Amino acid sequence: MHRNCVECRDIIKTYHQGKICVHALNGVSLSIEQGEFVALAGPSGSGKTSLLNIIGGLDKADSGSVIVTGKSFENLSDSKLAKLRLNNIGFVFQSYNLIPVLSALENVEYVMLLQGVPAEERYERSIQILNDTGLEDKYNSRPAELSGGQQQRVAVARAIVSNPMLVLADEPTANLDSETGMGLLEIMKKMNRLKKVTFLFSTHDNMVMDFADRLVLMKDGEIVGDKNKV
Amino acid sequence: MQIQIAWRNIWRNPRRTMIMLTAMIIGIWSMIFLGGMMRGMMVGMINNGISTLTGDIQIHAKGYRDDPSIEYFMPDLKGIEKTINKILPRGSRYTSRIRVNAIAANARHSTGVTMVGIHPVKEPGVSFIGPGAVVHGRYLVPGNNNGILIGRAMAEKFGTKTGHKIILMSENIQHDIASKAFIIMGIFKAEMQSTEKHFVFVTSSSARHMLKLAKGASEISIILPHHKGDKKITWNLRQAIPDSYEIHTWQELLPILTSYLKMFDGFMYIWFLVIFIAMGFGIVNTTLMAVYERMKEFGLLKALGMRPWLIIRSVLLESFMLLVIGTAIGNCMGFLTIHFLSITGINLTSLSAGAEFAGLSRIIYPVLYPKDIIMANVVVIGLGLVVSLYPAVKAARFTPVEALSHE
Repeated sequence: MHRNCVECRDIIKTYHQGKICVHALNGVSLSIEQGEFVALAGPSGSGKTSLLNIIGGLDKADSGSVIVTGKSFENLSDSKLAKLRLNNIGFVFQSYNLIPVLSALENVEYVMLLQGVPAEERYERSIQILNDTGLEDKYNSRPAELSGGQQQRVAVARAIVSNPMLVLADEPTANLDSETGMGLLEIMKKMNRLKKVTFLFSTHDNMVMDFADRLVLMKDGEIVGDKNKV
Repeated sequence: MQIQIAWRNIWRNPRRTMIMLTAMIIGIWSMIFLGGMMRGMMVGMINNGISTLTGDIQIHAKGYRDDPSIEYFMPDLKGIEKTINKILPRGSRYTSRIRVNAIAANARHSTGVTMVGIHPVKEPGVSFIGPGAVVHGRYLVPGNNNGILIGRAMAEKFGTKTGHKIILMSENIQHDIASKAFIIMGIFKAEMQSTEKHFVFVTSSSARHMLKLAKGASEISIILPHHKGDKKITWNLRQAIPDSYEIHTWQELLPILTSYLKMFDGFMYIWFLVIFIAMGFGIVNTTLMAVYERMKEFGLLKALGMRPWLIIRSVLLESFMLLVIGTAIGNCMGFLTIHFLSITGINLTSLSAGAEFAGLSRIIYPVLYPKDIIMANVVVIGLGLVVSLYPAVKAARFTPVEALSHE
């Protein structure tokens, strides 16, 4: 029996923009098993990013329950949520979000530094993951010296290097051309297979949807379809 | 790695960092320089006070300070000197003086002065007066019974010069008017013009003769090695010398100067604070700008799992590094300026009348006090970190979602 990596029940999230209320999520429930490779698809404003933020503990739901890697977010302090993210969840963002003053190697090492991993182990693991993501000649390059695809691969390496159980990726290929985007997806899939890391990524790109093992469709803050392709 | 990151973050915007560093350098430099100058003034004022016939310690007959007339003289000078010799540390110097108020007159002018009968050999080294202070003519010699030294300013005022006559009038020991004509042997210069105007020096033998004082003196002035230990030695002297005498330290003899010096520290630390407040706004503003510029990055760090206190620490580390660099350069510049000026001095001759009013020397030699340097650095680094807390806490309080969506 597979244990669920993500378990969301009746998530409601409303944003207030002045006097206007935007209902981002209207009672979303979603379960994802450990090791799944899931795409969360839907048009802009369908609630994909809101759901990812809530699952990642970056934002709080107005109501409903979230359990990630067996831990409930209910009553968790900011500090404990931060610890949970540090040790269990990896993030890949649409705009890469690498630290500009650090090299590719240092960007990857940084999460392990926060985890308190010894320097030697940090270095070895970073080198290994950069090699796995095809960045063996870019260890010392700063983000400004890397292409968009290379930066996103560094971001994936950073998300995976700390051995999280779940990686959340918000439109990871949106800023990449299709060939680079496909290359990135293959790397993510490889990590999913090799390390059994659960991937949940938002997209509205058909190529990405086709690539996913499971496709969850969202519209107007609700899940309108859930298709397992494997 | 945190230090490396902080260092790189500092230099993300070199122009801003340089502006911030310049403000810090000027701030700490001005604290050290002005502190050194104020201390130099203070030391000058103390030295002027001590060398203008005060000394570190003075002994008088009881009642002399309330009524400095010849009737309050110390009859047993030899007995006191014997006691002093036993108590004073090696390297101390002392002399006795006869000191009375008098009127000096020549054909053109007359003025109130303090007539001081000195021992020409023992006086140099105890006060400013000595052969080195004489700019025209020559210094007094023992046994010279009609020679007088007057100040340069008084000579100008009286339109007189060496070799000319001057009459002194005072009250003698029998309460009669005593007067005597003296020949100007020499003209002395002093640090302050008021000293040149108000003091005239004769030998103690001629003063004694004029005032009909067979023995004794008005005061004994003592100079201690390096001006140290005055309170303890005063206490010892008070135990050993009879109650018919009064013994005072220079602080007791110059109460206005003493209270002024007591206020000095307060003035200086207020000044440090004023400089820091100006600098502090700059630090907060610049750090806040840097934090808002990197808001997205702080959001990312929080998303990755960095705890708020680590974000505060990283912002404070950057501020600390900037503060250390700024204070280090500011200190070096301050030390160099003080070093240079302590050789050449700051000449206030053009302001001498105003400066003298405050008891200042004509040339100020800045002096560094370790406690002022420590205070300036503690104020800048300590308070710098305190004011950096605000932007640091601000950075730590961004929620990841709001920070990551910031453009």
